Amino acid sequence: MSGQSPEIDTAKINTAVAQATPMAPADDTPLLRIEGVSKKFGSFRAVDRLSLDIKAGEFFALLGPSGCGKTTLLRMLAGFETPDEGRVLLGGRDIAPVLPHERPVNMMFQNYALFPHLSVRDNIAFGLKRAGMARAAIDTRVGEMVALVKLDGLEKRRPDQLSGGQKQRVALARSLARRPKVLLLDEPLAALDKKLRESTQLELMELQRRLGMTFIVVTHDQEEAMTMANRIGVMDAGRLEQVATPRDLYEAPASRWVAEFVGDVNLFDGEVTSHAHHRLTIATGDAGNIVVAEHRQMATGTAVSVAIRPEKVKLWHQGPASDAGNPQAVNRLAGVVADVSYLGGSTVYKVKLDSGAVVRSSMANTTRLDIHSYGVGQRVVAWFTPDDGVVLER
Amino acid sequence: MARRIGRISPFNITALALGLAFLYLPIVILVIYSFNASRLVTVWGGWSLRWYHEFFNDRAMLDAAWMSLRVAAVSATIATLLGTLAAVGLVRGERFRGRTLFSGMLYAPLVMPEVISGLSLLLLFVALNAERGFWTVTIAHTTLTMCFVTVVVQSRLASLDRSLEEAAMDLGCDPVQAFVRVTLPLILPAIAAGWMLAFTLSLDDVVIASFTTGPGSATLPIRIYSEVRLGVKPEINAICTMVIALIAVLIVIASLASKLSSSQGETAAPL
Repeated sequence: MSGQSPEIDTAKINTAVAQATPMAPADDTPLLRIEGVSKKFGSFRAVDRLSLDIKAGEFFALLGPSGCGKTTLLRMLAGFETPDEGRVLLGGRDIAPVLPHERPVNMMFQNYALFPHLSVRDNIAFGLKRAGMARAAIDTRVGEMVALVKLDGLEKRRPDQLSGGQKQRVALARSLARRPKVLLLDEPLAALDKKLRESTQLELMELQRRLGMTFIVVTHDQEEAMTMANRIGVMDAGRLEQVATPRDLYEAPASRWVAEFVGDVNLFDGEVTSHAHHRLTIATGDAGNIVVAEHRQMATGTAVSVAIRPEKVKLWHQGPASDAGNPQAVNRLAGVVADVSYLGGSTVYKVKLDSGAVVRSSMANTTRLDIHSYGVGQRVVAWFTPDDGVVLER
Repeated sequence: MARRIGRISPFNITALALGLAFLYLPIVILVIYSFNASRLVTVWGGWSLRWYHEFFNDRAMLDAAWMSLRVAAVSATIATLLGTLAAVGLVRGERFRGRTLFSGMLYAPLVMPEVISGLSLLLLFVALNAERGFWTVTIAHTTLTMCFVTVVVQSRLASLDRSLEEAAMDLGCDPVQAFVRVTLPLILPAIAAGWMLAFTLSLDDVVIASFTTGPGSATLPIRIYSEVRLGVKPEINAICTMVIALIAVLIVIASLASKLSSSQGETAAPL
């Protein structure tokens, strides 16, 4: 056997890699298959014929505004709601008739739902006792869980003697103790403050990677979803708008709604006027002709929207010098700086175009000195390359 | 500067003293005179435990007291059982047809004049040809006190986070186990408070008991009432003092229990 140091190095690298980019699962067979599932409350369709595959070992996020049906979907997976139509298959088995207490799935509740009359230890051991585990085995498992979520020394406390972060850890340990095939997390970090939330996000990712468990997290916080998940399903009005990796979701949104919901975006409505060499020319009312790289064939006259993220819109001082610049600057929109918001890491400019429309440009503040900034009232050219625009059908 | 509410001023203290005196002076006088050595209720003859002694040698009075305690204990237990079930049904059950009617009917005894309840129960027992005695009084008291138990348990249950039961089910409990292992321990203080409330209500009821009791099974309040009609003996004072002590102890326990219950519930409330 070789010495210990290479092993430690590998582990460190793995951790670093896992933290930098969430690891994609290797296996391709879906662990969980949701087929055309609907749930109605009265005449309101909370979930509307939704289908989704989730692979084993995935960290999947359901992202959407409140009332979009994401929690209802999660509750159907846990067994607290019964689908009106469609099937839910776990490992190939239809779990619709399986009652919540018999499902190999556990849930971490939004408000943690810790049992106030039981100690931390008894809360964690609760599910193990129900499973008929031997006393000694329960003690071992509880010990492991306590160490895993770093709650050492707090085993005898009652939930009302814990801080918010500690409660969250107890809830996590309790739901992990039974080693479920799938762990459902309902807004797991919503009750924590910002700093704690960020560190807990990293801990959750690390835990998920180490246990190799499938996590499904429901959140309305896109940053949280982007940070933690391998894949994100964006939901609106009971339907999945898009299922994609965080990068694709942001850089290649499937619809206008997704583009607007995830991150900040400039949108221009227009019509396709020509298509040549994978370049679409779109006549927009607000920004004139825009050229966008697009591989799909689109008929002339198709109504589309062009979406450009603010950080992809760069600014130039208007004048002869700037016009001679970058050949990539195909799309140039002339206007006046109307508003400047300094945010620390970046500055957001609102540029009022000559047509009256407003374009937002976010520029990274890469130097300490104030040399690249623009003032309110200054005439500028906002430009972006054909690759930075996304064409969305309306 | 705004005037602080609850500031201690001479006016406030006087108002408080008068209010408390109005409520408790008669009771204090009753308690003091229960230790009176004199045979006459209104004449002070020095301290004595004579009337307590008298009570413990008064066979009829002791029987009545024993009867009252039995009726109170049994009816409170039945009322607690039924009242808790009703509360669980109302708060946790699916919305069923006639739910509003059910809860309205449940609370009717709260506002119904006791004379009417008593009379209607008497008519029922006569129609059923039931022999009036211990069980008829017990049943009557159960119908009177059940709604109080329901009110107490229902409010506790409603403040309990539903997701606690769901968490229990998620962790392997069937619905019955979830109730027994999670809900019941959390509402137990409210149930205990409900029982004690039912017990004291039954203990001091005269009206309904007088309609539903039979010969030879008088409860303590009825016995006292019939004695008083012949003239107040200081022995009555002694009995009343003991009843007051018992009820005071129960009320203190009940309020401590419900306080404990609500402080435990804080962690269960939604964030």
